[in-house]
Amino acid sequence: MFLGRVIGTVWSTKKDEQLVGAKFLIVQELDLDLKEKDRIVVAVDSVGAGDGEVVLVASGSSSRMTTFTKDKPVDAVIMAIVDKLDVATKEWLEEKFGL
Amino acid sequence: MFLGRVIGNIWATKKYSELKSFKLMLVQPVNADLENTGDVIVAVDTVGAGPGEVIYYITASEAVIPLPVDFAPVDASIVGIVDSINTKN
Repeated sequence: MFLGRVIGTVWSTKKDEQLVGAKFLIVQELDLDLKEKDRIVVAVDSVGAGDGEVVLVASGSSSRMTTFTKDKPVDAVIMAIVDKLDVATKEWLEEKFGL
Repeated sequence: MFLGRVIGNIWATKKYSELKSFKLMLVQPVNADLENTGDVIVAVDTVGAGPGEVIYYITASEAVIPLPVDFAPVDASIVGIVDSINTKN
């Protein structure tokens, strides 16, 4: 999975029939400092995310592993809304593991 | 399977319902010399790994196999903790 921020919504009336009812959100990939990276994906929302929220996106065939997206033409799904990130600093890793 | 080092964890109270009881960890992929390679990913922890530990993880749709659920949107999961690595060098 990768970290991303919801930056918009996609409306689409004419689409594959199986995708009727899907909510498509535009997600911009983020790094660990929540700074924007280049990649932008359109993902089906399975958790009720909204604009500006930091989310986790599962991609590839794994994204068809939800009750809604099963066997449907989907390759990215939002599967979690991030509350908080806890990242070990280089100093901490050095001190604890002598890296 | 790929080698990685756990460098942190993620709190996410709202997530896909089947994933409620699982930990999400930040994993930095590493090579056999334990040098960082590539971008950090998020993986579901199935073994109880902690920050700093070297682990191995699987990706793609196989990632859901170690989880005790029928299906869940997971594309990376940690399946083992590395004790030691022997290479020719």
